[in-house]
Amino acid sequence: MLKTAQDAPAQRGTQQTPQQSRRSGPLTGRRHRRVYALVTAVLILISLGSTAGILFYNNPMPVGSDGWWLIAGMRRDSLLTIAVVALCHAMATIAFQTAVNNRIITPGIMGFGSLYTAIQTGFVYLFGITGVVMLVGVPQFFLQMAVMMLLATGLYTWLLSGKFSNIHIMLLVGVVLGGTLGSLSTFMQRMLTPSEFDVLTARLFGNLSNARAEYLPYAIPIALAVAVVLWLWAPKLNVIALGKDNATNLGLNHKREVIKILLLVSILVSLATALVGPMMFLGFLTAALAYQFGDTYSHRHLFPLGFLCGYAVLSASYFVLRHVWDAGGAVTVIVELVGGLVFLFFLLRKGRL
Amino acid sequence: MISLTDVSKAYSSSVSIGPVSVDIDAGGITALVGPNGAGKSTILTMIGRLLSLDSGRIEVAGHDVVNTPSKAIAKIISVLRQENHFVTRLTVRQLVSFGRFPYSKGRLTLGDEKYISEAIDFLDLTDLEDRYLDQLSGGQRQRAYVAMVLAQNTDYVLLDEPLNNLDMQHAVAMMKQLRRAADELDRTVVIVLHDINFAAHYSDRILAMKDGQVVEHGTPAEIMRDDVLTRVFNTDVQVVPGPNGPLAVYY
Repeated sequence: MLKTAQDAPAQRGTQQTPQQSRRSGPLTGRRHRRVYALVTAVLILISLGSTAGILFYNNPMPVGSDGWWLIAGMRRDSLLTIAVVALCHAMATIAFQTAVNNRIITPGIMGFGSLYTAIQTGFVYLFGITGVVMLVGVPQFFLQMAVMMLLATGLYTWLLSGKFSNIHIMLLVGVVLGGTLGSLSTFMQRMLTPSEFDVLTARLFGNLSNARAEYLPYAIPIALAVAVVLWLWAPKLNVIALGKDNATNLGLNHKREVIKILLLVSILVSLATALVGPMMFLGFLTAALAYQFGDTYSHRHLFPLGFLCGYAVLSASYFVLRHVWDAGGAVTVIVELVGGLVFLFFLLRKGRL
Repeated sequence: MISLTDVSKAYSSSVSIGPVSVDIDAGGITALVGPNGAGKSTILTMIGRLLSLDSGRIEVAGHDVVNTPSKAIAKIISVLRQENHFVTRLTVRQLVSFGRFPYSKGRLTLGDEKYISEAIDFLDLTDLEDRYLDQLSGGQRQRAYVAMVLAQNTDYVLLDEPLNNLDMQHAVAMMKQLRRAADELDRTVVIVLHDINFAAHYSDRILAMKDGQVVEHGTPAEIMRDDVLTRVFNTDVQVVPGPNGPLAVYY
């Protein structure tokens, strides 16, 4: 094992002429480039396959008729939702883990999920079943998003610019806040009638059908704009991944850059959470897969991989569960379960994060 | 020249550094020595603007390190801390290429590649450049970090205990390479060292610190004296003539 690891670079060295081939890049050689291209191709194939499956499989109307197009159009909206959610979670998690220099914690730890749960539970608690309906609509969607962003922005700027100035304290406060909001929700849920609780539970699991088509015209441009900014910042993100001291040494104002990144992360996560509900494991899974498959520091290589992983996993499971097995609501539950297993598999096989 | 004027930093009411006022000349190697907790690393990281100062002023080559934009300082000073742990997996060459970030902003030119190759060759890492850092020994990894700050091509290079965890062979090799960097590449190297004998043999000036104050500053010949070293290190030290210069014996 050790021997092959030592021999490989030496062999590569003899194949190339030393002077001309000495280039630096995010992918270390021909083999690395091939693996990256292969993984990307496979993920694109899975994505295309399940996209076609979701659009056309088992459409009850005759092909080409008005009804057929109507159903295909509704399914297209589900696909767009999947794409937005995958984009948000993948980019937010990768950028967050770079900013806090840790590949285990996710933005979910900052209490986004708990806040969403608390808002939903609070409305049902106060207004009964009508409370759930009151939270549906474009203004309400933006309101929920704004509240979550306010929480995140407040935490980040207060904790990172104050005298604490410490990411660990910020995370701890986020965890405690999440726990507090969670207990508050649990308390309110105890007081609900069984039927109210039933309606509420359906909203609390991340569910792609929570998203309504009228949110998409707003959600897609926002997600894309943030994604473009993160893409442009990718070289800076690469440096920030080296840690505070090295980033400062290389001329970045570390604290300011980290706050800027965390603000964008909070936009993405609140957007995805307001759209479909809390899905905290998806980002974790896509980021971990992107690191494993990409094995590079370059965020311009990690971001697309993460997005493709997220889209492939979500769309494939959505297709299989909803269209083949007719088990609609279970999609995200299964995604989180499968995600956990895949993650454990990679972790145990490689022995590191 | 690095000049510190009334620089102080308070960790708590009982633990504080300074006020320190000292001028470190450009060129050559300056070693910061002193007992644990004397403030060597604090001073070094404050010069490298990794740590804020509570009061005072630090100028490097005429630039105030606090008020000058970090981007500009990155082309004048490079600084390396003791502990470097990365979440990403990097090869030696990828790590060294980050040293060009202040110039390239992530878009490496052919000129950048030349600096990177030179820094790698300078530290004898040519055969290891495609290895991942986690496949290297501690000494090789330390060399890779130093190669990164050399690729940054700054006049001033600050290193915090680069000999930490290195065995005899690698420690000597590292000091010889730093000596060459100072002599051949004209860098001003400021380095925190624990071993006074290494400092005496390889550096041009020694700056001794104790209890947050600079207590001695001079050439190795001026510092390598029984009374001076005994006072600085709170230990009985005898300086004896060795084959390659004076040696401090303290055990």
